[in-house]
Amino acid sequence: MSKLVERFALLALVGALVLSSVVPSPAQQVAARHAASSASAKLGLGRPALPEEIKAWDTDVRPDGHGLPPGKGTVKQGDELFQAQCAVCHGEFGQGVGRWPVLAGGLGTLKADRPDKTIGSFWPELSTVFDYIKRAMPYGNAQSLSNDDVYALTAYLLSMNDIVKDENFELNEKNFRSIRMPNASAFFGDDRETSERRFWEKEPCMKNCRGAPKVVGRAITVDVTPDSKSGPKVD
Amino acid sequence: MSGRSSVEFLSRRKFLGAAGVVGAGTALAAMPAVAGSEKPDPLITEVQDWQRYLGEGVDKRPYGTPSKFEKHIVRRDVAWLTASPESSVNFTPLHELDGIITPSGLCFERHHGGIAEIDPANHRLMINGLVDRPLVFTMDDIKRMPRVNKLYFLECAANSGMEWRGAQLNGCQFTHGMIHNVMYTGVPLKVLLDEAGLKPNVKWLMLEGADSAGMNRSLPIEKALNDVLIAFAMNGEALRPEQGYPLRAVIPGWEGNLWVKWLRRIEAGDQPWQTREETSKYTDLLADGRSRKYTFIMDAKSVVTNPSPQAPLKHKGRNVLSGLAWSGRGSIRRVDVSLDGGRNWQTARLDGPVLDKSLARFYVDFDWNGEELMIQSRAIDSTGYVQPSKDELRKVRGVNSIYHNNGIQTWLVRSGGEIENVEIG
Repeated sequence: MSKLVERFALLALVGALVLSSVVPSPAQQVAARHAASSASAKLGLGRPALPEEIKAWDTDVRPDGHGLPPGKGTVKQGDELFQAQCAVCHGEFGQGVGRWPVLAGGLGTLKADRPDKTIGSFWPELSTVFDYIKRAMPYGNAQSLSNDDVYALTAYLLSMNDIVKDENFELNEKNFRSIRMPNASAFFGDDRETSERRFWEKEPCMKNCRGAPKVVGRAITVDVTPDSKSGPKVD
Repeated sequence: MSGRSSVEFLSRRKFLGAAGVVGAGTALAAMPAVAGSEKPDPLITEVQDWQRYLGEGVDKRPYGTPSKFEKHIVRRDVAWLTASPESSVNFTPLHELDGIITPSGLCFERHHGGIAEIDPANHRLMINGLVDRPLVFTMDDIKRMPRVNKLYFLECAANSGMEWRGAQLNGCQFTHGMIHNVMYTGVPLKVLLDEAGLKPNVKWLMLEGADSAGMNRSLPIEKALNDVLIAFAMNGEALRPEQGYPLRAVIPGWEGNLWVKWLRRIEAGDQPWQTREETSKYTDLLADGRSRKYTFIMDAKSVVTNPSPQAPLKHKGRNVLSGLAWSGRGSIRRVDVSLDGGRNWQTARLDGPVLDKSLARFYVDFDWNGEELMIQSRAIDSTGYVQPSKDELRKVRGVNSIYHNNGIQTWLVRSGGEIENVEIG
């Protein structure tokens, strides 16, 4: 802290010395300020992002292949990586351990009473798998996987979900876009303002709006609420 | 203690039900004895410690915290919901709050990789992609830009998500507590984008966090240029670490997941990224197996916060019914309250500022004689949208949507004052 103060003091001193020889008159200062404020929107804040900096952070991948890095990995390689780094949470076959996400199976369950939303049964785009593993996995050790590792793991997830059958299959930046996810066509954009138009058209009833209500379900019989009588211990 | 005396005082008042459903003149056990027959209150007749001795001086509490008598008022989680606390959620204790501002320390938390602890001197915001000049900003740069102050609600799209199949969690903290409402100070995103210069073909942005989940979401450019803020302060002070310190996105009226915390990068592009959080999560699976995506806007919604399961009715006679209403499409025009399970409704009194995309506070002052009530509230927003019943919503969405459950909540008040989350048919 005191070091910082010293540095500021030094900077101020240097600044004063430098400026003393070239300091503009008050009139010049006003003119310069006026010119700056009437210039177009630019504030002149921030600095150019360097190519190395953009490369370090810009790892995102889109469905059209934008951002897909060069690299490759096979199902077999992915299997090894998965068992070593992922299975502890996701299970040997992607079945999920405890409440950790299930990654495989569930095909054809989306209309069922209890849908099983996995990469294979639900995710519409393969690029999402690559983008997410690259930025966030393994949980607690993010951004530690190479691009080849991510290709291999993505290939293994395709295999676990029966989207590719051959364990020697190699996923790379060239064949990546040829993979179609089973549920790709089942998504549509927000249409609530037309499909739920009735919620705008209803004049709210005020009197005698319905028959006698009956209790048909009670939270206390489900009994999953944390004990509300006391909060957690707080010091 | 003071509560008890106020009951007795207030219960001398009239007992006519505010909604006309309470029988007038019903005899009440809680009716106070005639004045003068009670023993004097020692809290008044005896000198108390705090009245005799000196209290703590200034600077004993350099950063003030709530009274020790308020220690039970905290965010709570529901442990079984998630696999680990670092990728989890807790809930705002709505039943303990009033007015429209959520205290910063009680704003619910939702993290995907734990709280990133970032020294603001080490924080950078990059803008890249389809821009004329990819730029890097420091926090100092951002604080030199023109700033604005705005009050907005943030609701998680999964708020009430556990209630699709019926009443599950017994408390409005758990059914509705994934919401908060704070005053943000920040820079309009448009100011930052103008610095970088958007290419004419930009249609979407991608926002990305600096946390260990690298949380990323796509945002349509129209919204980005309209009212999105890049905020560094909430309720007058720096953002709390769990709310994205030192920098977060504020996307008014839209689902909380888009409000990327610890914001480190904005990429401009010509199409959405289809990130994990906008495909596998935060899409709404319908009964026919198809899924709605880009459901950004939070529909109008309301909830009675008091009384509610965690805040039972303790007194017959006079009581205050209180609640919150909000809409991602605008402001709250009206809130109706029913005490008889939706048969009859009365319009509640809105009090305090009623602002665009902010929580609004409503009240019904009523008398209770110990009869069973089924309390509901119904919000109507400035676009004319009327909050639907849960059944109306299930009819069009099924029960597997998880997100965007804005159906009308029912609290059953039993004769002893206990309150339950119930589903009515």
